[in-house]
Amino acid sequence: MQVTLRIKRFNPEKDKEPWWGEYKFAAEPTDRLLDALNYVKWYLDGSLTYRRSCAHGICGSDAMQINGSNRLACKVLLMNLGQKITIEPLRGYRVIKDLLVDMDAFLAKYRSVRPYLVTHTPDPEKERLQSPADREKFDDTTKCILCGACTSGCPSFWADGEYVGPAAIVNAHRFLFDSRDEGGEDRMQVLNTLDGVWRCRTIFNCVEACPREINVTRAIGEVKKALLYRKI
Amino acid sequence: MVKPLEYLTYRGGPGHWSWILHRLAGVGVFLFLLIHIVDIALIGWGPKVFNKLLFLYRAPAFRTGEVLLVGAVLYHAINGIRICIIDFWPETMALHRKLTYAVGIIFVALFIPTAIYMLSFVVK
Repeated sequence: MQVTLRIKRFNPEKDKEPWWGEYKFAAEPTDRLLDALNYVKWYLDGSLTYRRSCAHGICGSDAMQINGSNRLACKVLLMNLGQKITIEPLRGYRVIKDLLVDMDAFLAKYRSVRPYLVTHTPDPEKERLQSPADREKFDDTTKCILCGACTSGCPSFWADGEYVGPAAIVNAHRFLFDSRDEGGEDRMQVLNTLDGVWRCRTIFNCVEACPREINVTRAIGEVKKALLYRKI
Repeated sequence: MVKPLEYLTYRGGPGHWSWILHRLAGVGVFLFLLIHIVDIALIGWGPKVFNKLLFLYRAPAFRTGEVLLVGAVLYHAINGIRICIIDFWPETMALHRKLTYAVGIIFVALFIPTAIYMLSFVVK
């Protein structure tokens, strides 16, 4: 099939404004969009810049706005995108170059919720046990790969860059609902604020964008409810 | 930062559009309330001043605007109930698309006959 990639390009060292680059070439319908981007970079324009690493939907490097929605370039096939494909960098983050965005602020918010097991009680002799039922409570939120597609697709985040964002809340949920964790109070200082979970307007763009099919809004809703009824 | 018009160009799900409509309806109702507070306050200047303003409410354009106002209040209320439901019962989020479509159906079912009824007075 013939495809045309319309890519939003921007090099802050050369360009005053972003511009659209168009690249036409033949590709297989079963190619992934990442394959098409690689084709552009390797054969048509070596200056095109984007992140990629594992290319199998695990590392979360190649999240971008594809035909208006946030997706992983390695998880969408050309045949599902049509012949003219519009690609833009993730919204709400500073563009470093082309499709490469600055994720520092995103990762700082992720770190702010202490996304690791926090304990205050002495370590048990062997290990901290957990029942399968308790493990099930946070199963969905263990799947996050920190691609940033959810946070960048959230209108609350577009309006307020200080919002901690869906990705950080998902990762907080993973530990808040872990029966072995004792760091709930610390995380609440970040989450129980105007720029914490209460900034969420249940728009569900995060759910639509998540390449791991995490029910992000539900996770945020569970944290809100736990806060409301003081269950943490 | 993201520009206002870019809120419309992102292709989110039905939740995205329902949020935009909820915002527009909310801002619309708020603006009407501001006008309403001013016109009610005019009663302080006596019935003559107050009655003088009533021509505004009888104007066809304003009466058509009232239909939109009823639509905005109706949509904001029904969608607000959906948001309350999913906020208090997060397990209902599995049905979020269906709930959003249900809001649309209920809104159309209530608004269309109301609008026809209200507009019949404008035409008269």
